[in-house]
Amino acid sequence: MTNHWVDIKNADVIIVMGGNAAEAHPCGFKWVTEAKAHNSATFIVIDPRFTRSAAVADLYCPLRTGTDIAFLGGVINYLLAHNKIQLEYVKAYTNASFIVKDGYKFDSGLFSGYDDAKRSYDKSTWAYELGPDGYAKVDETMQHPRCVLQLLKKHYSRYTPEAVSNICGTPKDIFLKVCGHIATTSAPNRTLTFMYALGWTQHTVGSQMIRTAAMVQLLLGNVGMAGGGVNALRGHSNIQGLTDLGLLSNLLPGYMSLPSETETDYKKYIAARAFKPLRPGQMSFWQNYEKFHVSLMKSWFGDAATKENNWCFDWLPKLDKVYDVLQAFELMHQGKLNGYFCQGFNPLASIPNKAKLIDGLSKLKYLVIIDPLATETSCFWEDHGEYNNVDPSKIQTEVFRLPSTCFAEENGSLTNSGRWMQWHYQGAPPPGDAKPDAQIMAGIFLKLRDLYRKEGGAFPDPILNITWGYRIPHAPSPEELAMEYNGKALADLADPTDKPKIIKKKGQQLDTFLQLRDDGSTSCGCWIFAGAWTEKGNMMARRDNSDPSGLGITLKWAFTWPANRHILYNRASCDPSGKPWDPNRKVIYWDGSKWTGADVPDFKPDIAPGNQMGPFIMQPEGVGRLFALDKMAEGPFPEHYEPFETPIDTNPLHPAVINNPAARVFKDDRGDFGTSKDFPYAATSYRVAEHFHFWTKHTRISSILQPQQFVEIGEELAKEKGIKAGDMVKVWSKRGFIKAVAVVTKRFKPLQVNGKTVHHVGIPIHWGFKGIAKNGYLANTLTPFVGDANTQTPEFKSFLVNIEKA
Amino acid sequence: MKNDPKKLLRYTPSERANHWLTAITFILLALTGLPLFHPFFYPLTLLFGGGIWTRIIHPFFGILMVISFGIMSFHFRQLNTMTPADWQWMRHLRELANGDERNMPESGKFNGGQKLLFRLLVLFMALLLLSGIVIWRAYFSFLFPVWVVRLSAVVHAAAATVIIGLIMFHIYMAIWMRESMDAMLYGRVRRAWAKQHHSAWFRQVISGGK
Amino acid sequence: MALQSLDITRRSGTTTPSPAQRKTMEVAKLIDVSKCIGCKACQAACMEWNDTRDKIGTNHGVLDNPMDLTENSWTVMRYSEVETSRGLEWLIRKDGCMHCAKPGCLKACPAPGAIVQYSNGIVDFQEENCIGCGYCITGCPFNIPRLSKKDSKVYKCTLCSDRVAVGLEPACAKTCPTGAIVFGTKEDMMHHAQGRVADLKSRGFTSAGIYDPKGVDGTHVFYVLQHADTPGIYSGLPKAPSISGMVSIWKGVFKPVASFALALGAFGAFFHYVIKGPNEVSKENEKEFEDEK
Repeated sequence: MTNHWVDIKNADVIIVMGGNAAEAHPCGFKWVTEAKAHNSATFIVIDPRFTRSAAVADLYCPLRTGTDIAFLGGVINYLLAHNKIQLEYVKAYTNASFIVKDGYKFDSGLFSGYDDAKRSYDKSTWAYELGPDGYAKVDETMQHPRCVLQLLKKHYSRYTPEAVSNICGTPKDIFLKVCGHIATTSAPNRTLTFMYALGWTQHTVGSQMIRTAAMVQLLLGNVGMAGGGVNALRGHSNIQGLTDLGLLSNLLPGYMSLPSETETDYKKYIAARAFKPLRPGQMSFWQNYEKFHVSLMKSWFGDAATKENNWCFDWLPKLDKVYDVLQAFELMHQGKLNGYFCQGFNPLASIPNKAKLIDGLSKLKYLVIIDPLATETSCFWEDHGEYNNVDPSKIQTEVFRLPSTCFAEENGSLTNSGRWMQWHYQGAPPPGDAKPDAQIMAGIFLKLRDLYRKEGGAFPDPILNITWGYRIPHAPSPEELAMEYNGKALADLADPTDKPKIIKKKGQQLDTFLQLRDDGSTSCGCWIFAGAWTEKGNMMARRDNSDPSGLGITLKWAFTWPANRHILYNRASCDPSGKPWDPNRKVIYWDGSKWTGADVPDFKPDIAPGNQMGPFIMQPEGVGRLFALDKMAEGPFPEHYEPFETPIDTNPLHPAVINNPAARVFKDDRGDFGTSKDFPYAATSYRVAEHFHFWTKHTRISSILQPQQFVEIGEELAKEKGIKAGDMVKVWSKRGFIKAVAVVTKRFKPLQVNGKTVHHVGIPIHWGFKGIAKNGYLANTLTPFVGDANTQTPEFKSFLVNIEKA
Repeated sequence: MKNDPKKLLRYTPSERANHWLTAITFILLALTGLPLFHPFFYPLTLLFGGGIWTRIIHPFFGILMVISFGIMSFHFRQLNTMTPADWQWMRHLRELANGDERNMPESGKFNGGQKLLFRLLVLFMALLLLSGIVIWRAYFSFLFPVWVVRLSAVVHAAAATVIIGLIMFHIYMAIWMRESMDAMLYGRVRRAWAKQHHSAWFRQVISGGK
Repeated sequence: MALQSLDITRRSGTTTPSPAQRKTMEVAKLIDVSKCIGCKACQAACMEWNDTRDKIGTNHGVLDNPMDLTENSWTVMRYSEVETSRGLEWLIRKDGCMHCAKPGCLKACPAPGAIVQYSNGIVDFQEENCIGCGYCITGCPFNIPRLSKKDSKVYKCTLCSDRVAVGLEPACAKTCPTGAIVFGTKEDMMHHAQGRVADLKSRGFTSAGIYDPKGVDGTHVFYVLQHADTPGIYSGLPKAPSISGMVSIWKGVFKPVASFALALGAFGAFFHYVIKGPNEVSKENEKEFEDEK
């Protein structure tokens, strides 16, 4: 989230799109009801299905699954055409006035630089035109034909209300009504917030959907404002913490990244990440990258990391490609990956195309499961009749099951969607032999290290040299780990502006990432978490919810990364002269000598208004990007591409380029995509409020509340197919079938898309062949094995199926 | 001598047994039913092991009584047809109540009052049976819509009140009309009694008819 | 739930006053249907606090589950999809005991103290006094109490009388994430409800209103409805509930009248006997059959 949960209450217009907050985030959803009750907010839900969120919305707007970019592109077109943008903000705080390189082009669905064979782009033209001073050129009048605003206008001029309605199936009048509500927030004293979740991320164009929303918010001047922003609702209680700590295969903690196989030179590795300012006077905060990186390496390797050995840079893996989960299972499928650790992860249930997964898991030599529950993955070799039809005698994979604790059985910090790191305490001792994950990993590590010590082996250095200063080596405590990710001084730290003065003595916990050094005198396990456990103690355990501004900014409650800041980019809540755009949303302000206010300023505190420094301090150009440069795989402007399985078999905008040209498709999966001839219905998978993923089918109360697998279809489709509510139905895709009870509902309406009637089939995911709820089929038997071009998040939300009464 | 052969046989042993079974179950039903009707009577549940047992056994007593009374009413069905003479008899009730039997029309084995009582008992017993089944929560109530259950509750209470009244009247008559009880207790009545209260029957018996 | 109490307004199967020295404030739970997202957290909280568990059932082609109130499910969400002038609406109502000011269950109950009404308005079943006759089911205008097959006792929402007695809100209100369930004094809740109705009216729900039926003298669980003129669209919420006339006759006027009539009959017979004397065989007849004596 750019903002945070409580901040939703400050919004004037709330849009839930690509998510279903009431269903999947009912506790956080309370802030929507607060905004409605106390801020007269208008609440809009845009979804293929009339959801539980829609049940309490002021306006429900249907759209076809997977067409969100078309919809939001239409919104951008509307805002530009009706002059409903916050012009002063756009001019000062976005790259609207920046001039793009000559040679950048968009034509018939493809941007300049496309390589058909590699399915990727040469992005060299997706850049600013630079002046002789090395800075990007801008045209303050925003009239230059190659300035971002003009390119933006041109790009989205195709997204007329008629085109939106034709692609999305949204009735034009409802679309325009939504646009009207959104447009009201271009006023400086009104804000819109977007709340989204997996309904956006789980598409082959998921990242671009989110970007489109961000662009809408920049145009409206809603980023940095209380009640504004683009707000990702995270699912697992600590999935935010997972990404923060860099558990994705290509990341290091704190959103630093692993080097690629071509980056073998340390200096070049740093230089490619420590962006130099692209405009004069910009902070370009990533210039500090080396401080964070060195501190991380010191935290990992201690004294072994020295300036001379480039802080152990050579020990870091160099990626030849991204090792996301789809890649991993593809490699298993090819027989190239033959040992797999599954920690707190149930891929057989959570990853698409179950048949391919079973095939991959069956080829493994060993599989290690670390989980509190007997997951489907850990039992993939068991024959469960039609629910898991395998022959155990044919599967040779050795499976180790290591029982772990669940969150309530250990101390620790959970990071919520709003980046609040909140400490929690053990509620109950773990059952049986279950151990905390850290203990299990420590046990495996110590054993491995012993083996390396005794027997040597290829490249033992990182294993042998890792710091392991925990009081009980086989049981690192959550407190120790938290202190480690916060960081500490490895030597006495002098005040850089007042030299002899020592700000931290050797061994003391650091207060902020601003104290990190690139000379090896600090260590920090995750720079953005610095400040979470200082000399004052565990800041995450603070429980003072006082809210002096009334804006929901509770600086004494837990710890919010970064730097206890609640609203990111909050400098943008003030106009260039330092006055809040809206006096009722006084997040920060310039008091004449420094930035201050209810929140921690996201800015250099002593830079006065009028200075050139822009509010988006992480960006080298200091402004928000309407034009994404080379940061996205499929283009600097989001473009509507159809899902890989589209019910209309074409892309009305450019029939030659139907779906995301930059999405990775494995060879064997090409043939596994269905077409509308055999699979006429647009399917989408989702969660229901009664269950949490594949966990709660193991708990009695949740199983009582929603005991059995079902699928949802509209009354019209049900009538066509002769299906009645409560009938058992068979749903199948090119990849397999499931059987479930039919819920026939008015909440799915057929949509008119490109001259065709499109019906949806809704597929809740929660059932499987383990647990105490009624056994069911893993819903991901049906889903396609293809992911977002940037994140490789699988396209669970848009695929094709057929349905019959079973 | 209670069973002096000179006395007239009024009820056979099986008839008597049948009557008393009905009577006892009726008393038990009243004792178990009343506490469910008015808190004033609730202490009666102590006779049956408390409220729960009272609730459980009441309907079973009811079934027993209905069977017993069913047999009896089937057995006596022909003796209980109202004739014009019976209606005539009814018109002299006030005189009878004052102890003046001189003008009472002749009656057969059963007089008009008894016949009418019998018929009313059949009617209300049927109502009690039907409404009782409906409000028998453990086995049947869920089969009926709630308005039927509510109606049945009222019908059951009303029918029970009426029938208790009728039986109280019946018992009082048996007490008030001296020696009547002998007929049901021992089976035989004195000829004098028979001649006085059921002269037609008396003549019939004396003349050798049954 | 049994609680020794000095603030009992009414007690079933009892004709004399109950301990009533202490008068507490009337409480109420307000269910704002317009805020309800149907997440069933209230159902879960109810099961957890009261430690009741229904069987794991099956899906019946709707989202409702368990499908109906049971002796273990004291509250259930009822979902109805309704086309109104505003388009499709998904009306989700939390069903459960309404805690009527004039409770039909209590009126119908024959077992002394099996149902009590506290002065705070909570109508509470004291299962240890329950005899299992099910008359409360007959008496309830909202079809709430459920008879357990296991122990032949009747169960329903207690409004968490055990929590309320120690100053806590009911478990469902505590857990409701959107504030659709709120708890407090009836007066405060009424005030809150009026504010909600005003908000709904401002959003175009012209017939928004409060459902606090007068037929049972109001309830201590009451609703804010978007369409208060047609409560039936909320999964059959009765329009004008009251204690059925049948139940009123049965457990109202008829009870004393019938008892009195029977007493009168008994007295009448006795006085007839002592005034008129028994009916004996006449002298003439005795003479005729002298040999019998």
